[in-house]
Amino acid sequence: MDTPPAPNRWRRYSDWDERPLRLDKFAQEDAANGFAAFKSPSDPKSDIQISQGRIASMDGVLVHDFDMIDAFIAEHHLDLEIAPEAMAMTSDKLAQMLVDMHVPRAELVRLARGLTPAKLADVVGRLNALELAFAYSKMRPRKTPGNQAHVTNAKDDPLQLAADAAVAVGLGFDELETTMRVSRNSWSNALACVVGSVVGRWGALFQCSSEEAEELRIGMAGFTSYAETVSVYGTEKSFTDGDDTPWSKAFLVAAYASRGIKARCTSGAGAELLMGFHEAKSLLYLEARCLCLQRGMGVQGTQNGGIDGAPLTATIPGGMREMMAENLLAVWLDLECASGNDARATESEIRVGAKIMPYLIAGSDFICSGFGSILSYDNSFNASLFNAEELEDYLVLQRDFEADGGLTPLPETTALDLRTRAVDALSAVLEELELAHPTPQMKASVIVASGSRETQTFSIGEVTRISEAIESRNLSVIDVIRALAKRGFVPEAQNLLNLVKLRVSGDYLQTSAIVRNEHVISAINDPNDYAGPGTGYRLSEARRDEIIGIRDTLGQSEVLSAQARHKKAESKRIVYLETETAVEGKNSSEVVIGISPAFGLQLFQTTGGLNLSEVLNCLVEGVESGGGKARVVRMYHTADTSFLGLSAAKLSGSGIGIGIQAKGTAVIHSSDRLPHNNLELFSNAPITTLEHYRALGHNAALYAFKQEVEPILVPTQGEALGARFHAQVALIHAIETGLVDPNRAPAEVALKFTGKKAGAHQ
Amino acid sequence: MKAPTLADYPLSESQDDSICGPRGVPLNKITLAAVTAGDIEIEDLRISRDALLAQARIARATGRETLARNFERGAELINVPQEVIMQTYEMLRPGRVHSKSALVAQATLLRNEYGAALIADFIDRAAKVYQQRGLFDE
Repeated sequence: MDTPPAPNRWRRYSDWDERPLRLDKFAQEDAANGFAAFKSPSDPKSDIQISQGRIASMDGVLVHDFDMIDAFIAEHHLDLEIAPEAMAMTSDKLAQMLVDMHVPRAELVRLARGLTPAKLADVVGRLNALELAFAYSKMRPRKTPGNQAHVTNAKDDPLQLAADAAVAVGLGFDELETTMRVSRNSWSNALACVVGSVVGRWGALFQCSSEEAEELRIGMAGFTSYAETVSVYGTEKSFTDGDDTPWSKAFLVAAYASRGIKARCTSGAGAELLMGFHEAKSLLYLEARCLCLQRGMGVQGTQNGGIDGAPLTATIPGGMREMMAENLLAVWLDLECASGNDARATESEIRVGAKIMPYLIAGSDFICSGFGSILSYDNSFNASLFNAEELEDYLVLQRDFEADGGLTPLPETTALDLRTRAVDALSAVLEELELAHPTPQMKASVIVASGSRETQTFSIGEVTRISEAIESRNLSVIDVIRALAKRGFVPEAQNLLNLVKLRVSGDYLQTSAIVRNEHVISAINDPNDYAGPGTGYRLSEARRDEIIGIRDTLGQSEVLSAQARHKKAESKRIVYLETETAVEGKNSSEVVIGISPAFGLQLFQTTGGLNLSEVLNCLVEGVESGGGKARVVRMYHTADTSFLGLSAAKLSGSGIGIGIQAKGTAVIHSSDRLPHNNLELFSNAPITTLEHYRALGHNAALYAFKQEVEPILVPTQGEALGARFHAQVALIHAIETGLVDPNRAPAEVALKFTGKKAGAHQ
Repeated sequence: MKAPTLADYPLSESQDDSICGPRGVPLNKITLAAVTAGDIEIEDLRISRDALLAQARIARATGRETLARNFERGAELINVPQEVIMQTYEMLRPGRVHSKSALVAQATLLRNEYGAALIADFIDRAAKVYQQRGLFDE
């Protein structure tokens, strides 16, 4: 006889190998090579020395050894009136204050102006993930949370950009960001997105991520309203390698302000590591330097939390917590925070969901600094943490936790209307300005397309010619407004004008500014005032109604009307004739089948989609195939499966009965057993087939004859049947229990199968 | 007109008759009818020095000193032409100019030609730090 091979692997590991998670690769902690999230031996100890009103040293570096970043932070970030007081406080004390709801945000913001990067990093590093999220919720500048979308596509197709921008605005995104596959297409992308963004309502701010000088020119032509490409780094060498200095970036930030364009910087863990100039410092310490620099530059906000470095940061132990910590640093420094959740950091959907949760619950100025509102293959920034594919998952998370993630479910018909209007409006502009003439076929294909792989539209070369024409003819947003108005798109023309007028007052240059309901709201007129339960941002009833309004929800009327669709067909297949009160049988070969109150009267199909007439027919056939005799009784005193079965058994001459509910749950019971100690149970009605019911009837007959029985197993693949069916099941069961009359005795039922299949039993 | 303060924020709502673009057209005169009639140009949809300085005062009043200073630097750049802005930005990038004096000269130009004193000081300071950090050849 062969001996089985010696085991060399538990195959569970092979199963695990196949999980998407295993596509993620994980880095070992290695501070010397920059792979340390919170702490590295090379991180300095926090310290400040002030002599004769000037900084003599900061975080262990003497003033004459300052690099450019140190010099800029010392000069522009540190407030020497506050530094002695703030630096004298212990990190533990400051950490306590961050999570103490009785310490006002304003007091912590004041103290941050006197804290060095090493001190700031040391404080937030003392908070666990829950404390980081809580402190973030308290410290974020604007009370009302918001969100930002990517609007791009793989063809740089302006028609699709307009349609997708309109949808993103309809979903509630406060900012839209585009970029190009071919950089020369920037002007076309900008024009298309901005036209789409004013369909339906106005107020979504828009940016076109491109080369700095060009981005500023596109902004000056009025197409864009904000910029966030001002990258900042935590080591001097990364900075100069990135072709900038703190002064060049600060100058650029002032230039954006001078053009009335909202600006934020970009930084985040992993950037220095990716560039190879990490100085063996921890990710958090380097980011603390970036953020102090940004506050010193006077930029109103930041986009941080990994950003391009997020996938790398997520490979490091504690990486996800580090990203939360650096977001907290940003808001503690009173910067608007677009909190990452941008580049997709993992292939695991579980890690995606876990990554977003703290932000969804805590809220953020922009929960994502780039939610892919388009399909992942159309995302020209590369796939986001969430893309169009997962958008409804996000909407449901909002509903589950009653948390405002900034988005609102969009009814299907509204989405289609927005797309149609946006494509028509952009086409009118392209024609009016003699840039292009989209055909009806192109427009139609874009309106219905889920992504660019499905469109028949401009070639990328045609787009480039459109873009170059916009640029070379010096077209501006004024020309676009006139074109819209001339072609009858007056609401869109007015909306676009309202959007561009924002820059005249500059209200939206203030910290954390967005536009809601045609009003600028920011940290100034909508400040986060969290001070414990009942304070800070709360869902209004109206906002809650929006968030819970996802599509395709079930109510009792939906269930009843779904069942009623089968009523007529069932009435042709079966007649239930109730005769008299059921009595105890004498025939020792009989099996009583006890049906529930609504069975075949209000309910006509099981949750598995089987017609009740056929189910009953199979049970009867099964009993007969085992040599038994089936008798059907309708129960009124109960709708519970166990009691249906036990009551049937007690009426049965053999002492064996079957109980079955209309939803298909069935049991074999014996009159001498306790109610919940049945012989066999089919609890997974949605996957129970007619063959299973036939076998159940057969087994019941075998029990009646006291024979050996092999119980029936309904095979399950581990489906989340509860999630698929429980709402429906509970509603159906409520219909059954609504018909229960505890005082009404079971009734004898004569079945008449009138359909073709049932002829044999008449 | 009294200069707007924190209480007037957002200015676009409280001051739409007095907040003007660079050509002096107030916000409430920038209407769709005026745009289609050809009376409004892109120049009217830019921020003015007064408006940006008002935002600087508002930022300062809410404790945001560094943001206020940025707005004040920005206000000095409003009348600086785009080419000069891009040229200055370029010069501030590492390795673009090879001597401290070139950067100081640009600062002087901005101070004298455009009255951009804060910006000029800012660039002078950059020049000094760049020299200390060896960004120049000399």
